[in-house]
Amino acid sequence: MRFAHLVWCNLKRKKLRTSLTLLSILVAFILFGFLMAIKQALAGGVSMARQDRLVVRHKVSIIQMLPENYKERMARIPGVALATHQTWFGGVYQDPKNFFMQNPVVPEEFLDMHPELVLPPEQKKAWLETRTGAIVGRKTADRFHWKIGDKVPLSSFWSKQDGSRFWEFDIVGIYDGDKKETDTTPMFFRYDYFDEARRSGAKGIVGWYTIRVKDPNQAAEVAKRVDQEFENSSAETKTEPEGAFVQAWMSQIGNIVLIVSAILSAVFFTILLVTGNTMSQAVRERTGELGVLKAIGFSNAQVMSLVLAESCLLTILGGVLGLGLAQLLVPVMAKALAGLLPLFSLPTHDLFIGLGFSVALGLITGIFPALQAMRLRVADALRRM
Amino acid sequence: MNAQSNNTLVSVDGVEKVFHRGSEDIHVLADLHLQVPSGEFLALMGPSGSGKSTLLNLIGGLDRPTRGSVSVAGERLDQLTDRRLAAWRARHVGFVFQLYNLMPVLTAERNVELPLLLTHLSRAEREKHVAAALAVVGLAHRAKHYPRTLSGGEQQRVGIARGIVTDPTLLLCDEPTGDLDRKAGDEILDLLQALNREHGKTIIMVTHDPHASARAARTVYLDKGQLSNEPVK
Repeated sequence: MRFAHLVWCNLKRKKLRTSLTLLSILVAFILFGFLMAIKQALAGGVSMARQDRLVVRHKVSIIQMLPENYKERMARIPGVALATHQTWFGGVYQDPKNFFMQNPVVPEEFLDMHPELVLPPEQKKAWLETRTGAIVGRKTADRFHWKIGDKVPLSSFWSKQDGSRFWEFDIVGIYDGDKKETDTTPMFFRYDYFDEARRSGAKGIVGWYTIRVKDPNQAAEVAKRVDQEFENSSAETKTEPEGAFVQAWMSQIGNIVLIVSAILSAVFFTILLVTGNTMSQAVRERTGELGVLKAIGFSNAQVMSLVLAESCLLTILGGVLGLGLAQLLVPVMAKALAGLLPLFSLPTHDLFIGLGFSVALGLITGIFPALQAMRLRVADALRRM
Repeated sequence: MNAQSNNTLVSVDGVEKVFHRGSEDIHVLADLHLQVPSGEFLALMGPSGSGKSTLLNLIGGLDRPTRGSVSVAGERLDQLTDRRLAAWRARHVGFVFQLYNLMPVLTAERNVELPLLLTHLSRAEREKHVAAALAVVGLAHRAKHYPRTLSGGEQQRVGIARGIVTDPTLLLCDEPTGDLDRKAGDEILDLLQALNREHGKTIIMVTHDPHASARAARTVYLDKGQLSNEPVK
C-alpha cells in the first residue's frame, strides 16, 4: 500500500490518455454485462431446468396438438410420478408488444409439478375456487400494475363458443420464484374454464405435457417408454428432458454461447491492444524515471511490480465501473424486455467472472512493459533523462 | 589519487571499464586506483568523455567494472547480485543528478520520500524524516509544491533532500550545478559543503567547473581513463 500513491500519480500523468483508455475499458465491461444478461435470458432456462422433469410434445412439431386423454395413459407408465399439460394461449394484452406467456393448466397438478413457483396457500385456494381465476408472476404483475381482484382482458387466436376471441380472467394470485433467476412473467389460468369456453372443434387438445419421473437416473428410460406408448398413434410423441427441450428451443436462434463468446473475444482483444499500447507508451516515456527509481534502490522486481500495478489498477477501475453501470442498467432494460426476455438479468457469478477478466486484462497488458522496465539498465536509463 | 587514511570508505582497485558497442570496444577506464576516506568532499574533474560519470556509476553500484574491484565501507560491490546491489544502494548511497531527475507527478515531499518507501518506517516516521531533510535544504515551506512550480535551484535542493533523507553512507553528485546559474549553483555548493562539514557526509562530486571543485577538500582529475592529482593540460 505504501506504493499506492506513486502508482496512482503515475496513472494520472497523462489524464486524457488515461481517461480515454479507461472509457474504452468501461464500455467493454458494460457490453460484457449486457451480453451475460442476454446469455442468461436465452440460455438460462436450460440451467433452471429440473433433472426430474421431461417434456412431451408432438413428434412433428411443438405447434401440433396432443390429445388431452394421453394424460391417463402417461400416468400409468412405470417410472412416471405425475403428468400434466399446458397449452399455448398466445393472448394479447392491449398491444402485441406487451407480450408475456399465458397458458391454461390444471391448477393442483401444475403447482405440484412446479414447486419453484411460490404461491401463498390462500391464493391457491382462491384459484381452485374461481373458474375464471388466473395467477400471474410478480414481474408481469408489477409491469402492468396488476393486483389481486383485477380483471384482465386478453384477445387470443383461440375462439370461444360464441365466436369471440375476447377472454377475461380474474387475478386471484401473484406468484414469486424460489430463486432470483426463476421466470415470473407467465400467467396461468384454469384449463377447465378454457376447454369449456373454447369452440367445439378445438376441445380436448393440449399443447404439451410435462412429466415428473420417480427417479431422475431413469429419465432416459422413462422417456423411451412414453414415446413407445404413443408410437403408431395419430399423434406420436417426442419426449426429452426439460433442459434439452429448452436448449433445442434456444438453438433455433443460434448457438447463443458461441455467439456471445465470439463477440466478447473480439471486444476484449481490442481492449487488450488499446490498453497494451497505453502501458507501453507510459513505460517508454518514463525510462529515465524508472532508471532513477532503480538508482535510489528500487529492485528490478519492485519496478516491474509498479508497472503491473499501474496496469491492473487501470483495468480493474474500468472493469468495476463498467460492471457497476451494467448492474444498474440491466434491470432497467429488463423491465422493457420483460415479456420478450423474461430471464434478462446479470447473474452474480458473471460479475465475479468479469472482475476476474479485468485483473487478467491488467496482467496481460502490463506484463511486456513491466518486463521492459525490469530489464532496464540503470546507467543507460539515466542517460535518457 | 590515494589519500593516505586509516578510515578509507571507498576503495577502487585496478578498475577497468569497457563498453561494447556493436563490434567496437570502448575502453573508458583503465587500471584505476582511488581511495576516498570517510568524511571527505572529493571533486572529480575531467574533460567530456573522460569517464567521470562512469566512475561515479561504479562507485554508486549502478554499473559493474569489467575488471578490478570497488569497495564501499568494506563491501565488495562487484560481487553483489543485482537484487542485493539495489538494496545496498537504497541503504548506503544518495544520488544527486545534474538534471535533478525529480518525478513530475509527485510533490517535493513525495519525491523526497521515495527512498524511504524502501525502508520499514511507518508513514508518520517517514513524514518526520522528510520534513527534517527539507528543513536541512531550506525548503520546508515548499513541501507541497510540484517540481514544475520550483526554480532550478529549488529542484536541485529537493534532489539533495532526497539524496540525504535515508542518511546514506555516501552522497554522489553528478554535475549538481551543471544546469544552474552562478547564484543558484553557489547555493547548492554551500549546501553540499555544509553537509560535509557540519554533518560529516562523504561526498564525491563530478564536475567540469573549477569554481565548483574549489569547494571540495580534494580534487582528482580523470583523462583518458586515468586518474591524476594534477589538472589535464
